[in-house]
Parts: sequence; C-alpha cells; structure tokens
Amino acid sequence: MSHHEPYNPLPVRRPLWTPGVLVMLVFMVAGGITVLMRFSGGIGAVANLSTARPWGLWVGVDVATGVALAAGGFTTAALAHILGRHHYEPVVRPALLTAMLGYTFVVLGLLVDIGRSWAIWKPMVYWNTNSVLFEVAMCVMIYLNVLYVEFLPIVIEQFEGRVALPGFLAGLNLPVEFFLRFADKVLNKTMWVFIISGVVLSCMHQSSLGSLMLIAPTKLHPLWFTPVLPLLFLTSALAVGYPMVVVESTLVSSSLNTDNEMAVLAPLSRIAIGLLGFYLVLKIGDLLLRGSWIYLFDGTFQTNSFLVEVGLGVITPLWMLWSPRRRQSQRYLFIAAALIVGGVVLNRVNVFIIGFTPPVTQDHYTPALGELLVTFGLIATLMFIYRVLVTYLPILSQSRGDIKP
Amino acid sequence: MQLKRRSFFKLAAVGAVTAVTTPCTVKAWESKAPQDSYGCLVDISRCIGCRKCEQACNAVNELPTAARSFDDLTVLDEKRRPDATKFTVVNRYNTGRIDDKGLLVADFVKVQCMHCQDPACVSACITGAMSKHSNGAVHYDASKCIGCRCCMVACPFEIPAYEYHNPITPKVMKCTFCETLQREQNKPPACATICPTEAITFGKRNTLLNLAKKRLHDNPGRYVKHIYGEKEVGGTSWLYLSKVPFAKLGFIKLPFNPLPRLTETLQHSLFSYLWSPALLFTLLGGVMYRSHKKQSAHQPDNTQQPGGAL
Repeated sequence: MSHHEPYNPLPVRRPLWTPGVLVMLVFMVAGGITVLMRFSGGIGAVANLSTARPWGLWVGVDVATGVALAAGGFTTAALAHILGRHHYEPVVRPALLTAMLGYTFVVLGLLVDIGRSWAIWKPMVYWNTNSVLFEVAMCVMIYLNVLYVEFLPIVIEQFEGRVALPGFLAGLNLPVEFFLRFADKVLNKTMWVFIISGVVLSCMHQSSLGSLMLIAPTKLHPLWFTPVLPLLFLTSALAVGYPMVVVESTLVSSSLNTDNEMAVLAPLSRIAIGLLGFYLVLKIGDLLLRGSWIYLFDGTFQTNSFLVEVGLGVITPLWMLWSPRRRQSQRYLFIAAALIVGGVVLNRVNVFIIGFTPPVTQDHYTPALGELLVTFGLIATLMFIYRVLVTYLPILSQSRGDIKP
Repeated sequence: MQLKRRSFFKLAAVGAVTAVTTPCTVKAWESKAPQDSYGCLVDISRCIGCRKCEQACNAVNELPTAARSFDDLTVLDEKRRPDATKFTVVNRYNTGRIDDKGLLVADFVKVQCMHCQDPACVSACITGAMSKHSNGAVHYDASKCIGCRCCMVACPFEIPAYEYHNPITPKVMKCTFCETLQREQNKPPACATICPTEAITFGKRNTLLNLAKKRLHDNPGRYVKHIYGEKEVGGTSWLYLSKVPFAKLGFIKLPFNPLPRLTETLQHSLFSYLWSPALLFTLLGGVMYRSHKKQSAHQPDNTQQPGGAL
C-alpha cells in the first residue's frame, strides 16, 4: 500500500460480547432450530411454498437481494484498483468483507432453499448452457472463490510471520506459515487478474439474475417484465454498491467508534447519484416505450409496491443528494443511502415475490414464520461474523490515537 | 497486483481476437421441437368426467393411494390441480352450455403436463434434469436434479409439483407421458388407453392436428375454432378441442412464441464463447494498466505498484 495515504486499517480491539451481539445470537439460534426442522421435515415443514409459488423469501431476499447488496465489493474494487482512485482505499476492505460474507451467505441460503442441498455440486458436471440459472450459478461459484482470494492478503498482513494456532492445531503452524508466505508472493504478482475477474463475473451474474424471470413472461407483472431487465439489474447493482458502503460504514463507525469516513463517502455518493440517475432514466424510458405505465395508477398491491420502489427508493434519494451541500451532511447522506438500499431490496422483492403473479392458479404467498426465522438467522450470523472478523483482522480504518491496547 | 506491460499486451491480443471473431458466429434462435413426436388430442366435448384416467395414471405411475375413491364424483365439486401425488386431475365447469335436448350440461377438463414442444422448464433447468425427448415427452431425471425449482417458476401451465415434505431427496412430480409404457410395451399413455369415450386420442402430433382440423371442419358450429396447444407457447404435445371458449374452462391465453426464445437469445448473444466477458476483461485490463502507469509516473521513487495487498 502506498505509504503516503492517511489510511490505516487495524483490528478493532473492543469487547465482542455487547448487547447487540447477544441479540444477534438469539436470531442465530432461532434460525438454526428452523434449519434443523427444514432438514428433518422438508421445506414444507417450515415454508409456505407451493406448486405455483416455488420461490419465496429465501430466493427473493437471501439470494437475489443478497447478491445485489454485495455489489459494493466489486464497485469499490473497480474504483480504487482499476480506475486507480486510491483515495477510496479506506472503504475497499470493509466492502470486500461484506461481499465475501454476502456471497457466502447467498450460498448458505441456497443450501437451505434447494431441495437436494447435497447435490449442489451437480451443475459443475451437468451443464445446461441454455439455462440462465446455470450461468448465474457458475459465476457466483467462481466469484465466491475470487472473493476469498481477494481477502487473503488481509489475513496474510495480520498473521504472516506470527502464525500461532491454539492447542492441538499448533502442529499446523509451519504449513500455514508456509502457505501464507507462498500466497503472499504469488498474489502480489497476480492480484490484478482476480480483481478484474471479480468485476467481470459480477457484471455477468448481476445482470443475469434479471434474465432469470424472463422465462416466465405470463407470470411476472408487466411493470417489471421487460427484455432490458438484465440491464436494469446490472445498473441498479452498480448504483446500490456505493450507497451500501455508505450505510454500512456509517453504522459501523457509529457503533464501533471507528473513523468516520465522510471524506470518502461524500464523493462516493456523487458517483452513486450519477448511476442512480441513469437507472431512473432507463426505468422510466422502459415504462414509456413498452407502454406499461398504464398500470401505474390501477391501485393494485403490485402497482403500489412499484410506486414505493421508484418513488421512495430512487426519486427521493436522488432529490436528497442532488445538492452538494446536503451531500456533506452525514445524516442526509445516511438517510438517502439507506433509501437507495431499501429501493433495490424492494426491487428484487418485487421481481421475485410481489410481482410474481401466476395466472392459472393465482396463488398468493405470504412468507411463513420459518422462512422469516431462517432469513433473519442468516443475516444475524453474517453480522456476527463481520463483527468477529473486524475485531481480529485489519479491515476498518482507524486513527492511531484511538486504539486501545 | 502488478499488471506488467507484457502481460497486458498478451491479454489485449487474446481479448481482441475473441471479441472480433465470435459475435458473428452467434446464430439466431431456432426451435428445438421434435419433428415427428407423439401427442394426445383431448376432445373436451366427449369427456364425461368419470375420472378413470386419474385412476389409471395413479396405478401406472405407482402414486400414493388417493384419500377418496376414484369412483367418488363429488370430488369434482371443487377445482383441483395436479400435485405431488396426482399427475392428472379432471375438473368440472358449469358454463351454462345447453345440449341438443335443451339441458344444461357441464364440461370436464383433464389437466396434466402439456409436454411443450419448446419447454420453458427444459430451458430453465440448471443441470438439464428436464429434457425434451424425440417422442414428445418432457422427461424429468431426478439423478441430475438439485431441487432449485426453476422448472416450476418457468412452467406457464403451473404444472410441475414438488415433494416439499421430503427433507433430503425430494423430486419434481409431473406427468411422465407414460414413457416407459410407450417404450417397453409400445402402448399409449394409460389415461388415453382407459378413456371409455375416446375423449383422449394418442398419436403423432401432426396426425392429431389434422384430425382436430377435420373435426372442426366436419362439425361446423360444434367446436370453438381453436385448437388449444397448436400454437400456444410454440405448441404443446397435448391438444384440446372444446365447444365452449377455452377462457371459460380454466385455460389461460398464452403467447405463441416459445418461451425460451428470449432468455436463450439473450444468453447466447451475450455469452457465446464468452466473448463479452473476454472483451470486458481486456478493457478493464487496459484501464488498470493506464491508471497504474500514470501513478508510477507521479511517484518515480515508488517502484512497487500501489495496492500490493489490496
């Protein structure tokens, strides 16, 4: 890392077992029990899924939304390492951690959702290149590994030369040490391949997640069904990347008292409104071109959900962040970024759940308690591991005076 | 994270060659519908709602014993759908149709997998566990299935059901077109064989289409002028003739385009030979190389590229 940058990631040496963490534990236990029930009584024992509604909260939120919100990983990497804006370095590591955990939990969520979890390896052997899902699965699988590789330097930085595994694992100290040293040497030369691959793979599957529903033109509501849905998914993923970093960074810095990253966040939000504005133009253009705007005021649940998605999740934050003065206010910035994140969450929920209206049976779907518990359990576990990793690894940027021994 | 001059040029060469040569080889979407496949023609006006087809289906496919006897016609009082324990059901519709004697009569509609000619489920299936056979059957191979249920999302007829209460080895459940009967004993599907009124005719799809058109032509006014399944979603193996408009019998209006056309066209034009990822990789490599060169120029003392450890 260039030495002249005022950027100093360090482990957060703070007590781990706070009340907030205990709340997470409660959700983790409840989710764990539900997962046990799912693997003993079947998906039907805990979920409200049916023939006409085979995908629910787990696919809509844990998978589709999880992937979208992990976009901060590749968007910050592209900015800092490909475009060379090293000014943004302080948010790259937290965003990378979020992406790595996000994708790990996408896969965990999938393992709960797919009927034959033990068969998850099969797409590697049996290829259907016509299937959008096949491409998404391959990209997610490779990208998850790319993310682990991208994260490795952080582990190396902390532990190389001082690997001391506890107890009976101590015998592995030497091999681990050797691995870290080897990885350090190799990655130093090859990291650019992984960084570019990460961006390419992300662009591929972020967009293809939108193509997924295009196989069901009679089921997806016309407000969302459009041949350009993949483009809308990619653009919204790009647009939500930086706001997600803003939300996360603000939450972390206020709850862990680490550096407040306003110097980085304000310019990030300027890029974000550019992307969000482009997304809005595409979305409105699409409504007008396809003539699907005629549904806008028919008062149905789907239509209202669309209006909230675009009104509250795109137009409002765009208006809030328009003035450079407001972008300097941390509170304004946080609220606007949270709205953008909420808008993209609602968009994915709309496409995969609310806008999914099977015309033959007209089946309705409301998530079961079991589905909610699994989803909240996964999110709580993700947050818990994030908290553990920033406690022990150099991820969050901190001023030296602030560190307690 | 060094991107050396030499590796960049190698990369650029590979990317440029892939990007220039491949897009022109991408072909327009073509239907993969089998040409000489079998099908069934259901003449709704002949069906008397005896549920014998349901019974035969249950026996042949070794499905669980039904809670209520197949002779019990009060089952028809409510609309049912095929599920993980029944591959076909018959529903009764009272549309106000009056027969030759001036009496109100009901119509009975058999529902099962339509065995589409270009099936959305086959296109969507991540592993190819769903496949279209040349005999017309849309075949499910549980040994390849991972249980993603994308086939169920894709199916325009909302047919594939799932064993939601099996925790480890659930299967997608749907009509098999009695492929084993057809293959091993050269027999039509069990429902077609047992039907006492010949409401179901089994045969080559092309022959059935001609037969349906002949019935429409020979009996003017008897049927609505529509063979449901001839063109719906590009055509289905199961075809229906009816006296009352299909919309009144639980059939939905479907596009005539095969559903896989849009997604497969998108996927193949974007990702054939991975030309677009290769191009994007090269472009980003170029940008990265430039931005690092610029930075090195600003810091002549710093030989190591920035971002060595992310």
